[in-house]
Amino acid sequence: MSKGTDQASAARDTVVRVRGLVKSYPAVRGRRGAATAAVRASDGIDLDVRRGEIFGLLGPNGAGKSTLVRQLTGLLRPDAGAIAMLGHDLVRHPERAARLMGYLGQESIALDELTVALAAETTGRLRGLDTRTARAERDAVLEELGLTGIAARAIKRLSGGQRRLACFAATLVGERPVLVLDEPTTGMDPVARRAVWAAVDRRRAEHGATVVLVTHNVIEAETVLDRVAVMDGGRVIACDTPAGLKALVADEVRLDLVWRDEPPLQVAEIAALRESATVSGRRWTLRLPQARARAVVAEVTGGPAFAALDDFTLATPSLEDVYLALGGRQKGLVKA
Amino acid sequence: MTVTSAGAETNAVARPVPNTADLWPGGEAAPLAPRARLLPALGAVYRAQLSRAKVARIPLLFVATFQSVGIMILMRGVVDGGSEARSVVAGSSVLVVAFVALNLLAQYFGQLRASGGLDHYATLPVPPAAVVLGAAGAYASFTVPGTVATAAVGCVLFQLPLANLWVLAAVIPLAGAALSGLGAALGLLAPRQELATLFGQLGMSAALLLGVLPAANLPEPVDWVRDVLPSTYGVEALARAFDPHPDWLAMAGDLSVCAAVGAVSLAVATWAYRRAACR
Repeated sequence: MSKGTDQASAARDTVVRVRGLVKSYPAVRGRRGAATAAVRASDGIDLDVRRGEIFGLLGPNGAGKSTLVRQLTGLLRPDAGAIAMLGHDLVRHPERAARLMGYLGQESIALDELTVALAAETTGRLRGLDTRTARAERDAVLEELGLTGIAARAIKRLSGGQRRLACFAATLVGERPVLVLDEPTTGMDPVARRAVWAAVDRRRAEHGATVVLVTHNVIEAETVLDRVAVMDGGRVIACDTPAGLKALVADEVRLDLVWRDEPPLQVAEIAALRESATVSGRRWTLRLPQARARAVVAEVTGGPAFAALDDFTLATPSLEDVYLALGGRQKGLVKA
Repeated sequence: MTVTSAGAETNAVARPVPNTADLWPGGEAAPLAPRARLLPALGAVYRAQLSRAKVARIPLLFVATFQSVGIMILMRGVVDGGSEARSVVAGSSVLVVAFVALNLLAQYFGQLRASGGLDHYATLPVPPAAVVLGAAGAYASFTVPGTVATAAVGCVLFQLPLANLWVLAAVIPLAGAALSGLGAALGLLAPRQELATLFGQLGMSAALLLGVLPAANLPEPVDWVRDVLPSTYGVEALARAFDPHPDWLAMAGDLSVCAAVGAVSLAVATWAYRRAACR
């Protein structure tokens, strides 16, 4: 955290500052004894997002990512803490959030029965643009994302990925310095994904736009994000560039062994490995220091166990491995 | 790089809420983008909602019209003329407005609230009144063809004069405003989506029974409910239009009460929206 002397210039470069954010959902006393305990969805979150960066929130379901995003966008009042975006206090003035950022939510219910073009144009007009400007920007954005062909179709009648792309188009009409996107590329094919990130990059280059993004997709997180905050149980357990985070577990590699039938437990070395492996059907996943991993690969491929081996993979750690190494309470971000 | 551990954050939670000045030392606040103004935003929402209606709701307009025409055919066998016939035609016509503006709008706002769709509008700088009034206006406008058709069929069925049907130009907007305000309020205030649907249906049934059945024969408590129902005044104004020599002053009186009720109803709906959508 930049507590240094350059606070003024740091303030100019920082777009969003969150300090000590706390939000709890109260316990629900259900009928017939089925109760839900109180949930601390945000448990003292501190974050800084710098100008022009693509900042990611990564974590399993229930980590508190959407709750954090809802507090950033002024939809939810925090119990404690402060949020400042571009110098405005969003806890005291949540309505200003709408004038500073564009938000893409997880559902598209409000836009569902509109055509793609009308959804984009209406959202632009509701952002304060007059009709002519809204129409011009709508045409530009639809062209940019390749949606001109389906501009007259109702969003409800599109496939999941196209629907998401149409909602993303609506988010872009009416320029904003900050974009908050909640799982923007869910269900999209690679062409659409590429269009989304190209559009984001263009805005970053031309207007210095900043993007805060919630994602589940570890692979996309590694390629697209400038910095990522790994969240678990309402807290940020680490915050750095993807490469920086992976350096935390750099001395470990992931080794996957896939057996043809039964693992050859009669071989002593394989039986010894069984305890430290995560077993999922015929796949064993081991996280080992590099030297040890090399030794295991040599044993398995050189020894009697090779006959029973179907496939093996040696991979550098992913953000999921980082999450687990940092003590993530869930078993992982992606079910293997 | 920051890696936090369990104990590190107790400091942050214990200290008092920081000032923006502390969080943003030496920096001025960035300029805010303009808010959408009420009328343009209302126009945008109105157009979007009307387009939604065209995409998905035309069959429902047919249903509403057939329902009313069916009721009039049913009542034709029971009622022969006079003030009762006028009640039936007027009540059935306003019922089309109640079906769409009260029932369907209650369901729409109920569904929007339950599924988180209000977030879309809450994260745009649009005045709450624009969203409610735009949707209410669009739904009320959508009923025009069905209501006019029902009134015309009713006049033919009961041999009433068609000459004064132009009154619908005033009745539909005013009754529409009143009923859609009520529908929006019910949809936004109902704790669950199923209850919103239920209240919408009950409201429409009330408009049906209390609008179509002649007032003279109703028991007193039910008469009070009839006085409170927003559509009643529109129905009475329309019923007066079928007289050979209509009492224009009384009709104007009914329409102004309808307008007043409509204004109150839309204000309540805007309050309900603010309560549901804004933090």
